[in-house]
Amino acid sequence: MTDSESVTVEEHDGAREGATAPSRRAVLGWGGAGLALGAAAAGGAVAAFGGGSDVVPAASAGAAVPFHGEHQAGIASAVQDRLHFAAFDVKTKDREELIKLLKDWTEAARLMTAGHPVGEGGFGGLPEAPPDDTGEALGLKPSRLTLTIGFGPGLFAKDRFGLEDKRPEALVDLEQFPGDNLDPARSGGDLCVQACADDPQVAVHAIRQLARIGFGKTAVRWSQLGFGKTSSTTPDAQTPRNMMGFKDGTRNIAGTDRAALDEHVWAAASDGSAWMAGGSYLVARRIRMHIESWDRTSLQEQEDVFGRDKGEGAPVGKSKERDEPFLKAMKPEAHVRLAHPDSNNGARILRRGYSFTDGTDGLGRLDAGLFFLAYQRDVRKGFIPVQRNLSKNDALNEYIQHVGSAVFAVPPGVRDKDDWWGRTLFA
Amino acid sequence: MRPARFTVVTAAAAVAALTAVTGCAEKSAGGAEGTVQVAASDSACGVSKTEFPAGKVTIEVDNKGSKVTEVYVLFPDDRIVAERENIGPGTKATITAEIKAGDYVVNCKPGMKGDGIRQKVKATGGASAKRSPELDAAVAEYRKYVLAQADESLPAVKTFTDAVRAGDVEAAKQAFAPSRRGWERTEPVAESFGDIDPKTDVREDGLEPGQNWTGWHRLEKALWADNKIGDEEKALASQLDTDIAEWHKRVGTAEITPTSMANGAKELLDEVARNKVTGEEDRYSHTDLADFKANVEGADKVYELLKPVAAKNDPQLGKTLDTQFAALDTLLDKHRADKNGYDFTSYDKVGDAERKELSDAVNALAEPLSKLAAAVAK
Repeated sequence: MTDSESVTVEEHDGAREGATAPSRRAVLGWGGAGLALGAAAAGGAVAAFGGGSDVVPAASAGAAVPFHGEHQAGIASAVQDRLHFAAFDVKTKDREELIKLLKDWTEAARLMTAGHPVGEGGFGGLPEAPPDDTGEALGLKPSRLTLTIGFGPGLFAKDRFGLEDKRPEALVDLEQFPGDNLDPARSGGDLCVQACADDPQVAVHAIRQLARIGFGKTAVRWSQLGFGKTSSTTPDAQTPRNMMGFKDGTRNIAGTDRAALDEHVWAAASDGSAWMAGGSYLVARRIRMHIESWDRTSLQEQEDVFGRDKGEGAPVGKSKERDEPFLKAMKPEAHVRLAHPDSNNGARILRRGYSFTDGTDGLGRLDAGLFFLAYQRDVRKGFIPVQRNLSKNDALNEYIQHVGSAVFAVPPGVRDKDDWWGRTLFA
Repeated sequence: MRPARFTVVTAAAAVAALTAVTGCAEKSAGGAEGTVQVAASDSACGVSKTEFPAGKVTIEVDNKGSKVTEVYVLFPDDRIVAERENIGPGTKATITAEIKAGDYVVNCKPGMKGDGIRQKVKATGGASAKRSPELDAAVAEYRKYVLAQADESLPAVKTFTDAVRAGDVEAAKQAFAPSRRGWERTEPVAESFGDIDPKTDVREDGLEPGQNWTGWHRLEKALWADNKIGDEEKALASQLDTDIAEWHKRVGTAEITPTSMANGAKELLDEVARNKVTGEEDRYSHTDLADFKANVEGADKVYELLKPVAAKNDPQLGKTLDTQFAALDTLLDKHRADKNGYDFTSYDKVGDAERKELSDAVNALAEPLSKLAAAVAK
């Protein structure tokens, strides 16, 4: 514990170095050492790890997750409870202005993930000017906030930012899968930021600050709130249930499984795009569930559709959630059977999705479902073969519809206080 | 310090700051020292002294000219301290005012129009607030703009209300949007007269319990939704004339400061974001883009006047605002055939994707514009 705490303190000091208003720390009272004490008092593990580690264990809810590292936080990191995900269109045509924005965003992200407000803070500045920070996260803990950036295909378009030669082959445009009913207003984007935190206000605050800093350079294209995690990257934890009441994605890649991460999640220089080494590829899908129809479905059919029992989450014929499934015991169109690596030539993805509910749809039906987020080393070897299989045959298709879709190249981590999001791409 | 807002010299404010009493009061007890004689003619505005002690000051006007005149005491930024209108040829009038230490202008307007003739004076004693000549000039210029917008609005509104009174639905529809232009360009100033906006520019959902719905939007609904003009609408048209005349009369008394100007520009963009981009403002006529344009023009005017100071204090902000004003103008031009005209696409024909594009451009301008006040206050 002691080592972890001291690392936390260092991380905080590092994060503060670029800040312009040191007095803010005193005002807020939970920067630096104050935070470490708080974490120790909470008695939980601290979500900080030695430098260079790509593995982050479960942590107490209030702690900070280090922003700097070989990989971006928010992928292998223990999954937080809440999500605010935003996709942006880039409005500026000026490459230098885009680079400046990415640097400004990095600085803001560095501060916010450490639990600090952006710029000169939320109050106490010039009375004639609006405060730099909007203030709703003042006094809240860092809440394991992670901010993860991704670059969409549009950024690499010809005659835009001179990046057409940098587009990774693994960043493919997704095909139209059978049953897709994609809303363009909820799809695509030149940039994305995934904000995950244990406190929803902390996640929303983070996206709000970045959107504000971005005005004129970027415009929010769409955003999605997720209220409950549906996956776990920590195998000792229970797999959370989705909105259908089932545990799904039990065999997720664990944040501690370095071999699996290197094989299935982290891109390598040898994959073809050197700038992506240590990065990953993200597929985001807004999957609406026909909640009311599902709720009227018999328990037997529900269990047949997934290939698990509803109570324990054990695969058909097994007794425990994590027992190795015997696929042939399941119906041929069972979700678990079709999604399993053995049915997809070993394809594995790291799932980090969230349940969402955006109220009701005007017809009195819950507008709810799964905001599916999957990280992989190559979209062509991860999501695409699995989704081809599922979209054709999955029994679940009767109860779900994919209504939004986006794909992003997620660059490697920000190494230190002088580094910035996208440096390897633009440098 | 509270955020700077436009305020009006009301009775309450006058107690704290200054008292302007027009009309023939008893002779000032302060005697000759606190009395200034103004010899007003068709070509001159002579003052008996250019310096006098701060405090209660009596201004004795003698109109020696051949035209009806008016006399103002103004702050250096042209805000009115005290005024007297309708001083006939060969007549005298007395103005008394509580005047704090500082620089002022005595302004005679023979014929009651134009810039008139100006005479600088100084109230001495006490501490006078430090002023920036550059910003005073900007405020004075802006005040001129606001007055000009009110001037132009009178006939434009009358064209509209005449058509309503004549029962000519088509002509009234044509005249509706143009009648709003001057108001929309200077809306934050117009709204600072708290009692006028609710009479002229309120929308149905903005009514308070018991409030009669009057003004532009009530007539808009009659013209576009109900498609008829009755006696009630004709009476409302005349009421609008009266209310607009009241605005015109009072607009010169609005307290304008460099920061209130800058925040007013930002508020104009707020107006656009809240009411125009959403199509709420002109929900029956769908002439939202004409109001949109006028709001942006009003904000642009403020920026143009404050730019010399703002760009000096914050050069990057100047560049950004230049870029974003130009970008928004270009985008708006896509929605009108004639770049010099005000015939914009009916907003119900502007699709979701185009509205998103407009909204993005408004955000892109409004965010840096919110930093203009700080740039002039530095």
